Amino acid sequence: MTKNCCASEGNIMVLACSGVSNVGQLSNQAAIELTREGLGKMFCLAGIGGQLSGFVQSAKNVENMVAIDGCKVECVKAILEQAEVPLKNHVVITNLGIEKNNEFTLKAEDIVKVKSAVLDICSKHSGNNLAPSEKPFNCCG
Amino acid sequence: MDIKILGPGCPKCEQTVKIVTEAVAETGVNAQIKKVTDVMEIAGYGVFGTPAVVIDSEVKCVGKIPKKEDVKSWLTK
Repeated sequence: MTKNCCASEGNIMVLACSGVSNVGQLSNQAAIELTREGLGKMFCLAGIGGQLSGFVQSAKNVENMVAIDGCKVECVKAILEQAEVPLKNHVVITNLGIEKNNEFTLKAEDIVKVKSAVLDICSKHSGNNLAPSEKPFNCCG
Repeated sequence: MDIKILGPGCPKCEQTVKIVTEAVAETGVNAQIKKVTDVMEIAGYGVFGTPAVVIDSEVKCVGKIPKKEDVKSWLTK
């Protein structure tokens, strides 16, 4: 490991509902792509829901975070509330004009729309420049 | 008391070790401090970043250097 490894500043935690619908899976795919592109880091919502201390404490301590809910049920928001984690940035995909259905066929333009909404809200509320990160995924946040 | 400091050994991790060591000495609690540097072992704790502090299997702090007063409060609860 390098001396500069532990630089957690600037990483946006991305929490997706990953639910059983097109919009749930859109949240998941957008989170994956944002992570691959170095614009955020997808984190495990199930660990927070399971009240595992590493996950809950990570969510509480992280500087920047975005919750992506597929629909107005808002499961991510509810999980964060139960874990007493402050909701910092929140995107609800059905509010973007994408209708919920039970199919898992994702449209490329919808994925782009979700990613754009995430980047937009993070820029507005967190002041991040959202430049791709060069930090490795598993190293020091 | 079992304390683990998670981190690969960068300056922030070393500073965390120093602060926790001082807090243990100043509170007089009986505690063992272990540095965990293996990335896979660190990943097993589910932390988003390091340094992280684990006390008796509970993660107390992630991605930042803790304040000594906070560490003392964790040790004496």
